[in-house]
Amino acid sequence: MRLRKEEERYAFGLIAPSMIVVFGVIIIPIITTFIYSLVNINPLSSHMGEFAGLSFYIKALSSKAFWDDLGRTLYFTIASTAIETVFGLLIALLLNQKFPGVRFLRSIIIIPWAIPTVVNGSLWKLMLNGEYGVINALLQRLHLISSYQSWLGNPKTAMLCIVIADAWKMTPLAVIFFLAALQGIDYTIYEAAKVDGAGMIARFRAITLPALRPTIMVIVVMRTVEKFKAFDIFYLMTRGGPANSTKTLMYDTYLQAFTNLNYSDAATYAYLIAIVVALMTVFYVRMMKRRDLA
Amino acid sequence: MKKIRIFAAASILGLSALAVPAMAEDVTLNALFMKQAGYSEEDVTAMTQAFTESTGIQVNPTFVAYEELAPKILTSAQSGGYDVILGDCIWPAQFAKAGLVMDVTDRVEALDLDDIYQGALDATKYEGKYYGMPWLNDVKYMFVNTALLKEAGIEEVPSTWDELIADAQTVKDAGICEYPIVGCYAQAECLICDYTCIAGSFGGAFVDENNAPTLNSEENIAALDFMAKTLTDGLCNPKSLEMIEDDVLSTFAAGSAVFAINWTYQYASMNDESQSSVVGQGVITPIPGTDKAESATVNGGMPLMITAGCQHPDEAWDYMLFLASKEMQAKYCANALPIWKSLYTDDQVIETAGAEVVAASQTQFDYIVNRPMVPYYNELSTSMQTEIQSVLLGQKSAKDALDGLQALAEELANN
Repeated sequence: MRLRKEEERYAFGLIAPSMIVVFGVIIIPIITTFIYSLVNINPLSSHMGEFAGLSFYIKALSSKAFWDDLGRTLYFTIASTAIETVFGLLIALLLNQKFPGVRFLRSIIIIPWAIPTVVNGSLWKLMLNGEYGVINALLQRLHLISSYQSWLGNPKTAMLCIVIADAWKMTPLAVIFFLAALQGIDYTIYEAAKVDGAGMIARFRAITLPALRPTIMVIVVMRTVEKFKAFDIFYLMTRGGPANSTKTLMYDTYLQAFTNLNYSDAATYAYLIAIVVALMTVFYVRMMKRRDLA
Repeated sequence: MKKIRIFAAASILGLSALAVPAMAEDVTLNALFMKQAGYSEEDVTAMTQAFTESTGIQVNPTFVAYEELAPKILTSAQSGGYDVILGDCIWPAQFAKAGLVMDVTDRVEALDLDDIYQGALDATKYEGKYYGMPWLNDVKYMFVNTALLKEAGIEEVPSTWDELIADAQTVKDAGICEYPIVGCYAQAECLICDYTCIAGSFGGAFVDENNAPTLNSEENIAALDFMAKTLTDGLCNPKSLEMIEDDVLSTFAAGSAVFAINWTYQYASMNDESQSSVVGQGVITPIPGTDKAESATVNGGMPLMITAGCQHPDEAWDYMLFLASKEMQAKYCANALPIWKSLYTDDQVIETAGAEVVAASQTQFDYIVNRPMVPYYNELSTSMQTEIQSVLLGQKSAKDALDGLQALAEELANN
């Protein structure tokens, strides 16, 4: 009995540091943020400290700005994830072939992913600069544009530029995932299919794609959730402009907290983001399970 | 008994050690500065070293971009992460109401206030109290590339917006410069600064003398229409919508603009061969006016403030006084003009800052317009940036945008 108690104490001692970290860094902030979304925490407001119930949630959900932010966030998330998945798969299929220099290509494909987001954002901002950006110079030499364009100063192109910048950095991650999955496929199946007269597209549809389905799901789930929460690339490249055309939910959360001091609005936005992400995750997990059953 | 006595003696010694005030040599201050416009990082580091040498107080200065200042202050002010912070003139109201900075009214009123420019003092004030030491005394000016003007046969620098537009059209028609005007119209505070200057020169202001919003006044609408027209007429560079001050400077320094509104620091940079191809071609002049106002500029004063969580306010104040002293301000005036009126006749200041800059400042300081010094300014500014950009992009009329902003400002004022 005494030995068991000692063991319990020893076990508790071992997990205590990680429990302190989990509580201090995750649990307590989650609870505090939730409280902030129910109580008016704006040091500039005459209602500071007053219980507000769900009014901040109602205010957010009934505001046009919130739905506009959500629309832009979804556009960025879907476009960027689609580009990464499609290009990731195509590049992985190429790198899965045997040709001279393939090992070197497999090594350097990782470089964009290894670049910090801060560097990536600044790099693309410089390349897209309307006065001296290399992309303008390149497009003009190719006679695709007649004069230098303000890509990040135009509401129609600014978000697309961020999508491309983000996809360029993160596509290599998808490539690695796909390449690992492709190398796990038994090559003799392809040989048998060839003997049966299956063409390249038929082999891809009947063998490759079903084998890659779990990997596709993992990439889509992982990247969608990450992109929905993206902040740094927007902060670095456009700060939500021009005319809010790149203002996402996450960026608005930042503005509410650190510019407007509306901590309650920011906490509400943060919880709404968390709810959307949780819903997306549940949806993906169910889809994966259904496919497994099928 | 002996043990108890030893313990008591040790306790008294320990307590008395705590009661002795910390020696200056033991104090380390953390200070937060900006690394764009105004005093350079090298200047502030040199001033700080001189302070440490004369007092023994250690100071760790941190330099961040302007956009990083407010988030860093907001997340650290109450815990005392930084003792001394550099703040924009639009922040004391918000910081004071949120209890983030110390009231230093008594300390400021002990200074020779008659010798400090009103704009610099206004930059620290909220509801009659001072929340910082005036330090960075800056306003915006018009920079003109006279070489390009002369190439188009124009000898005189324009003093009204009508003259400026006529000159810009002449330069454009002559094929000398595609977009003669450049502005920092990115979705950032710099856009509001430029709009403040232009609206002011049209006789407008964003609040009245009682701080009640007047955003949709006829003058403000006319000024915003004017800005939008320079873009649609092809006189203003359309890339201005993604530019901040440094981009305006680099465009002007590359000879790609004839007219640019910017802070004082552009003068030194555009005449620096290592970063400019228009050395000696540009002049600094007051911002043009209209029949409603001879000129107008925006107050860009930035005070040094003591955070609420600072444990060494006396040492922090000594440091702020040292940085704002006449000696330091005279020595490092190449990028920022002094707050002290008496220094503007000082030979060292005239030589270091440039006689042209000092002369322009003496005129421009008479036309300072403050952005609204109200606690809700940051939230209003965020919306103003978006709405003004919508007008400049042709998505909205100036009247609709400013009517919406007026309603928002009234709601925020009553919150």
